[in-house]
Amino acid sequence: MTALLEAQGLTVGYGAAPVLHDVDLTVAQGSITAVLGANGAGKTTLLRTLSGLLRPAAGRVVLEGQDLRGVRVEQMVRRGVAHVPEGRGVVTELTVDENLRLGGLWRRDRADTKRALDEVYGLFEPLARRRRFPGHQLSGGERQMLALGRALVGRPRLLLLDEPSLGLAPRVTAQIMALLRTLRDGTGLTVLLVEQNVRGALSVADTGVVMSLGRVVANADAAALRDDEDMRHAYLGF
Amino acid sequence: MSVTLAPKVDAGPRQAKQPGQRRHLLWTVAAAVLILVLSYLLPPFRNYQLATVGAYLCVTAGLTVLTGLNGQLSLGHGALMAAGAYTVALVQEKLAGRGQWTLLVAVLAAIVVATAAGAVVGLAAARLRGPYLAGLTLAVAVLVPAIASTFDKTFNSDQGLSVYVDPPPVALGAAFPYERWQAWLAWIGALLTVLLLATLVSGRFGRALRAVRDDEAAARLAGVNVARTQVLAFVVSAACAGLGGALFAVLAQSVSPGAFPLSLSLFLVMAIVIGGLGSLAGAIWGAVLLVALPALAHSVTDSIDVSPAVAQRLEGNLPLALFGITLIVVMLAAPGGIASLRPRRRKA
Amino acid sequence: MDRFVFLTFDGLSRGAVYAAFALALVLIWRATRIVNFAQGAMAVATAYVGYSVSAATGSYWLGFVVAVLGGLVLGAATERVVMRFVDHSSHLNGVVVALGLVLVIQGVLGMIYGNEFRPAEAPFSREAFTVGGIALLSPFDLFVFGAVFIVVVLLAVLFTRTSVGLRMRASAFAPDVSRLLGVNVGGMLTLGWALAAAVGSLAGMLVLPTELGLHPNAMDIVFVSSFTAAVVGGLDSAVGAVAGGLIVGLLLSYVSGYLGATVAPIAVLLLLVVVLLGRPGGLFSRSAARAV
Repeated sequence: MTALLEAQGLTVGYGAAPVLHDVDLTVAQGSITAVLGANGAGKTTLLRTLSGLLRPAAGRVVLEGQDLRGVRVEQMVRRGVAHVPEGRGVVTELTVDENLRLGGLWRRDRADTKRALDEVYGLFEPLARRRRFPGHQLSGGERQMLALGRALVGRPRLLLLDEPSLGLAPRVTAQIMALLRTLRDGTGLTVLLVEQNVRGALSVADTGVVMSLGRVVANADAAALRDDEDMRHAYLGF
Repeated sequence: MSVTLAPKVDAGPRQAKQPGQRRHLLWTVAAAVLILVLSYLLPPFRNYQLATVGAYLCVTAGLTVLTGLNGQLSLGHGALMAAGAYTVALVQEKLAGRGQWTLLVAVLAAIVVATAAGAVVGLAAARLRGPYLAGLTLAVAVLVPAIASTFDKTFNSDQGLSVYVDPPPVALGAAFPYERWQAWLAWIGALLTVLLLATLVSGRFGRALRAVRDDEAAARLAGVNVARTQVLAFVVSAACAGLGGALFAVLAQSVSPGAFPLSLSLFLVMAIVIGGLGSLAGAIWGAVLLVALPALAHSVTDSIDVSPAVAQRLEGNLPLALFGITLIVVMLAAPGGIASLRPRRRKA
Repeated sequence: MDRFVFLTFDGLSRGAVYAAFALALVLIWRATRIVNFAQGAMAVATAYVGYSVSAATGSYWLGFVVAVLGGLVLGAATERVVMRFVDHSSHLNGVVVALGLVLVIQGVLGMIYGNEFRPAEAPFSREAFTVGGIALLSPFDLFVFGAVFIVVVLLAVLFTRTSVGLRMRASAFAPDVSRLLGVNVGGMLTLGWALAAAVGSLAGMLVLPTELGLHPNAMDIVFVSSFTAAVVGGLDSAVGAVAGGLIVGLLLSYVSGYLGATVAPIAVLLLLVVVLLGRPGGLFSRSAARAV
């Protein structure tokens, strides 16, 4: 197993109660890792630190052996890291097509970007039907597709997803999870997934990381986590 | 953080009002004594400058209440000063020579007119926020020459009017320096203004002002009549500006549109920002700055060897450039920006 | 009737300038939520430079180009050196800093060039053509229309059809998300300011020949009129800026023509008050624009 991304001793936030405390995490290439935990556990902060929106007070983030210290947020896409933030970040004033194209503007290879765009339209049929619709006219599920598609246009190697199932119907959530599995199997995409929907996340994840109050309290095989009753009761609520 | 945030006035509960008022009175008396002494020690030109500081103080104190304590940015107070100044000129023209009391009448009239103008602008402004308010008041400021030109028979358009002022009362002695009299006049006005404002601001009104500035929705929930507070703040500051403008007219013995350009309104904003928003003590610093910087510019241009034409250009414009740079630097350097100009949160 | 026609065309010509200037204001507002109160002073500064170049080289057009390019540079510099460092927690900080800029620019211009009115020649005749005895437009008016029309079209194409325009819009609407997508948001902001200032400089060069002359304060009333135009159209709306500009131009023209030139600025103030109190969002806005 090669590690695509590693967090080493990440501490974020200041003073007596940092938001993240000494977090270690390894994301294996071609795997789906679920980050779970209650509200306030620090999951979103972790993602934002990994993608460079936040600077750690201590520790470091390593991508394929390269320390990401000092790398600006705008550079992360160029290194193959795509972050779909909390709330999806669909730019509601822009159309579906414009949102998708936005995901590929940083690329030099125009031809391949066009191909990626077509692939995304092929993947998400509802988006193809609503190319010219402005973002604010889309439903929750469609917006999730749009955010995901926009990230995929850049052909990332690592996808950071913050609560993709938030506000979505169970059926749509299942579709998204299935899609992630397909992408992992088909293209070797690595996914780091923050989720409140524990069952859904663990159903597709290879590894589960449980956080509580800014620390990692469990890091195990997803199957093992599903089966460990004590762990489930204590941290995952079922 | 900007220099001083909290007003250096007593803002305690009602029971403590009496000691607070007494303290204000003590400070005012002490200041009056200081000014009195100074006016005897200073040479004539410095007395004139002292008088100018007093006139400016009326305006900066009022503007501090409006912008610092209440969060409304006005770019039009120069126009309100002009309203006061022109009123004094016109009233004195009518009443000229009948005695010292005419000046009091004229100044009171100036305050009334400026207050009325302030009420009109304030009513419009009460519903505006941020750049909209700034833009509206900017329009008012820019329009002074246009108004003077439109009613040019009354206002004598660009040439302006001269202001008749009686010489100092005979009782003071035949050799009483005119500039000392000017300083006295200006500072009677200034000290009364500051005392009144300090009293107003230390009580419920001041708390309401600050509450609205900090969080409009919360203030509304706490029972503060937001719109009325806004308008009152404007009216109070307009009255002060009117008084300041009136005093200026008396000091300069003339009024013209050229004395109230847009840059005057901008200078006033700069003065209270740098002096320290939200503090009446800061208003004093601002007033001093408004007199000291041009004087500094003047001595700079005097000391370098240039032709009179160039010197005139420098002298008129160097203060603008200096003021502007100071304003920018202060705004950028203060980490919280104008902390007292926090955006008021709208009702949800 | 003749007079009305003439005033209408004259008003539209002035209105085109206000439209361009208002567009510059709206551009910056949409990107940064700041009203660039220094826009007028910046335009005057570049106009001074432009006319100096014209005087030195004998070519009006060289000066014109220099003025517009100067706007690009000045806008970019202002954003990079000053506006970038403004604390945006209070919306008024940007206003006060811009006012500081106004003071600096007007002070420096006064020191270098003095406060007398300088002639600002027009590149074309300002005598109106007559058609059937009715005075219509002058060659200069046609030039103004043409220039503003080209600018508006170019900007529209830039923003809606190019990837740079897409980046700029995304940076304005959602800066953090855009960063995550690899957009150089800071750079787009600088570009926005540069373009806006260039448009402002163009508007300045178009309006100054019709004013009393070149003077550090020459654009103050133009700023107020254009701000009114932008408010009338809705600060969020580019289309509104153009419409607002034409409306203000017509209003000023009719008031000047029928009531006298000195009353015109007062009419602008009244319009501003009416719009701010009545329909603060402007005619074309999509959201409650009065709340900042």
